[in-house]
Amino acid sequence: MSEFTSSFWPWFIGIVSILSLLACFVFLIAVTRGKRPGEEETTGHVWDEDLRELNNPLPGWWRWLFHGTIAFAVVYLVLFPGLGFWSGTKGWSQEEQYRAEVASADATYGPIYARYESMDVETLAQDPEARKIGKRLFLNYCTACHGSDAGGAPGYPNLRDEEWKWGGTPEAIETTIVGGRAGNMVAWEPAVGKQGVAELVQYVLNFTGRASQPELVAAGQQKFEMLCFSCHRLSGKGNPAVGAPDLTNDIWQYGGSEQALTRTISGGRKGMMPAHGEFLGPAKVRLLTAYVYGLSKGS
Amino acid sequence: MTESSKPGNSYFSVHQKVHPRIVHGRFSRLRIAALFLTLGLLFGLPWLRWGDRQAFLHDLPARKFYFFGLVFWPQDLIYLTAVLVVAALALFLFTALAGRVWCGYACPQTVFTQVLVWIERWVEGDRASQIRLRKNGFSLPRTSKLVIRWLLWIAFALFTAFSTLGSFTPIRELGSRILAGSLGPWETFFLAFIVVAILLFAGKMREQVCIYMCPYARFQSAMFDRNTLIVSYDPARGEPRGARGKESAREALKPLGDCVDCTLCVQACPTGIDIRNGLQYQCIACTACIDACDEVMDKVGSPRGLVRYTTLNAMENLRTKILRPRVAAYGLLMAGIIAAVAVSLAHRVPVAFDVLRDRNAPYREARDGRIENVYRLKVLNMEEQARTYLLRASGLPGITVDYEAGDLDVTAGQVRDVPVRLRVAPDDLHEHSNEIELELFAADDAKISVRESARFLGPRPEEHDESDESKGEEHEGD
Repeated sequence: MSEFTSSFWPWFIGIVSILSLLACFVFLIAVTRGKRPGEEETTGHVWDEDLRELNNPLPGWWRWLFHGTIAFAVVYLVLFPGLGFWSGTKGWSQEEQYRAEVASADATYGPIYARYESMDVETLAQDPEARKIGKRLFLNYCTACHGSDAGGAPGYPNLRDEEWKWGGTPEAIETTIVGGRAGNMVAWEPAVGKQGVAELVQYVLNFTGRASQPELVAAGQQKFEMLCFSCHRLSGKGNPAVGAPDLTNDIWQYGGSEQALTRTISGGRKGMMPAHGEFLGPAKVRLLTAYVYGLSKGS
Repeated sequence: MTESSKPGNSYFSVHQKVHPRIVHGRFSRLRIAALFLTLGLLFGLPWLRWGDRQAFLHDLPARKFYFFGLVFWPQDLIYLTAVLVVAALALFLFTALAGRVWCGYACPQTVFTQVLVWIERWVEGDRASQIRLRKNGFSLPRTSKLVIRWLLWIAFALFTAFSTLGSFTPIRELGSRILAGSLGPWETFFLAFIVVAILLFAGKMREQVCIYMCPYARFQSAMFDRNTLIVSYDPARGEPRGARGKESAREALKPLGDCVDCTLCVQACPTGIDIRNGLQYQCIACTACIDACDEVMDKVGSPRGLVRYTTLNAMENLRTKILRPRVAAYGLLMAGIIAAVAVSLAHRVPVAFDVLRDRNAPYREARDGRIENVYRLKVLNMEEQARTYLLRASGLPGITVDYEAGDLDVTAGQVRDVPVRLRVAPDDLHEHSNEIELELFAADDAKISVRESARFLGPRPEEHDESDESKGEEHEGD
């Protein structure tokens, strides 16, 4: 029982339930006792001089159905947690039922997945059956962020291209799915000011030959080689160990326009891939890894 | 007024078991033919094959209904509605024209009761010996006959339940599955339910079902009129009734009607009424009394038809009109719906799809600068053969469709999830939201084609230039 609810209500519910049951039983006995088929009794009401309301007994099968419902209620309330304060002799609970259903689903589908658990990702990525299952898993679990086609969305990486912030090897992809990733781009405006951000933006744009104010590039380079190189490296090609993206390949997770880059550098970015290892289990993770790995190989 | 309706007497009466006398004649032959037809359909239909599957099967777990060459999906529920409406109208039409022919000839209650009555008669003898057997209390012959009768009843009920179940689960495996005890919980339940229902309704309750439980018996009077066919005794011809003495004595007595008061019509009645009391709601128009009376009339040398099919108008020597407004209305409605279903079935396209927009982003920019929307298609191949479909988009200039090769190869009866990308050049997008149309068609049969409309979203015109920026904005907080 949670500390936020008082123990008054379970007792209230239990006692009201028991009293209602008793009342039904007593009422049933009272209205059916001593009546035999064939005897006639009226309620005493008479209309239009001779219209009388009869008070015939309930047919026996009908009366016993009522008794049956009361007996059912008693048995039910003993077995299951129907009274607030009584948890039932069967020990039933929603959590238990959920666990049992998951276990029975695992028993049914486990063998199908177990086959793939030991196979390596390169092989699985070639296996059409495994890719089909992987695709269905992806459509179930991954599309909310990465899109049905795994093409990503602004802020969520595209999994079909050759850019891998955290590495594109089977092992790296599996690690990402199992443990999740937390990317963190620092907000630089407090450190370098508006002018500094503008210079950095021009330098970063220059990687792809798009600098709009070439006169700022040199100052930007100076700042980049002082502040940014530790993650993005001097070449700007990034570092999968810390999830720092390649800035030279014209793939931009948060947008590649001048405005978008200004925003990214001045305010920073925080990316979050949740961990799925515990939730999905090793076999499903392996199949998803193979599917995602195959996507980039295929395109 | 009968005795019991007088004040002071009880309205309550204990049910008396009806032992209908079995009769032979024109109408009972017709009734037996109807019985063999309906039971034949019930028992035989599940065994028919269509290709390598059962021809008539409601596959509930797979949500498919097979009817010979047709496969119905839950999406085709409208046809079930149409079938039910047509069945209801047919019931109305036949009731208006011919009264309770359904009750007398085709109702499962009538048919099953008839079979159980035959078994009862075969084991326990005719009506008289059945009554005698009941009177004698418990004895060895009675008990053994009772056991045999119940065993035969149960056997028939089991076979009926088996056949009924056989149109819901493949009947060829059903027998061995019952023996192996590997039926699912619902199959077991319905097997037991049907057996119990047949024994209870057709074995024990019989006419009480028709009189007290059946809703049709109560509302059929609303479809009746003075031109409806009924089974009726002709009092003008029959009364005054009386047994015949010797020919000479008969002449001496006051002239009697044709009814010899043999009560065979009462004994034959499965609902235990006396047809000579006039039209009664208990009468299920089974015509057993007609056959019983005709036989007697033949014997005493009077013309047949003292109890006969007639109408209230005909009884009063008025003209019976067959074509009445209600008959025309029921008939036209029914014909209209049947025609509509036939046309719709002929034009039914056995493929369907739903278009679900991806929710994670309204749109995105592809690397070539074009605006890209992602959808998920749910493609249903409702045929019994695999199909390769193609997808076409229209509604925006230069719109292109892209999906993974092989994704639109859908096997028979499969529902497939297919991610699809549509792309449009930004210069061709003038609105934020654009109506487009997707057409899915079979690669090798242009007639198999369906269309669905969808929306293609792009940047709002004023934000076009800074689309990257605003998209980043929109999703940062997600």
